[in-house]
Amino acid sequence: MNIHIPATILDQIQAHGEKTYPYEGAGLILGQDEGSIRRVSSLIFLENAREEGSQHNRYLITPEDMLQGEKEAARLNSSILGIFHSHPDHPNLPSEYDREFALPWYSYLITSINKGKRAGSRCWRLAEDRESFSEETIQIIHDPEG
Amino acid sequence: MPTLKIPTPLRPYANGESSMVLPGEIVEDLLQAAVEVHPMLKKHLFNEDGQLRPYVNLFLDENNINQLEGLKTPLSDGDTVLLIPSIAGG
Repeated sequence: MNIHIPATILDQIQAHGEKTYPYEGAGLILGQDEGSIRRVSSLIFLENAREEGSQHNRYLITPEDMLQGEKEAARLNSSILGIFHSHPDHPNLPSEYDREFALPWYSYLITSINKGKRAGSRCWRLAEDRESFSEETIQIIHDPEG
Repeated sequence: MPTLKIPTPLRPYANGESSMVLPGEIVEDLLQAAVEVHPMLKKHLFNEDGQLRPYVNLFLDENNINQLEGLKTPLSDGDTVLLIPSIAGG
């Protein structure tokens, strides 16, 4: 499984995690699913709807925001490929809480933010039996013109 | 009969279908009909106790059924129920 992300978009995801630190930041990843390859084309940044006291280690995207996200994706002739979120001062590995609430098919891109600075991103997909995640290889696409 | 819209992540468990026309006088009946047609949907919609998973949200047109009558919300022919996930983690 491969997910192709333009370098500028990955930078935006990681910058968002730095900006929302020490809280978790989250949003939607839009693009095209081509079977063995997913191509990311845009993002939707969203508010973390969890109560402030929990945002340091929890995020929530409301169904109302998802409904609007679906409409925006349709407008852009794209699909919601998955979700990005940050782990403040924690590794970019899915937690048990991530697993419990994950949906199949979506790509979950997790960025570790250590002391306010980006520390790498990894991408994951929930296994069919819901018991684990499989890692999705991130291919960073650099703009040949710059 | 009403229509149930299936979100992209669950379509592989509904034989690729993006929507299903099913019998159901209330929302709860519609969901049960869906899992009877596509049993693989069940574990992604319901937990081991038979309760809806917390990320499963249902909208009648653009109204969250939690603001209506919940799973007992009555349905009419031609109604569209959207299955919209809320996304959580951390």
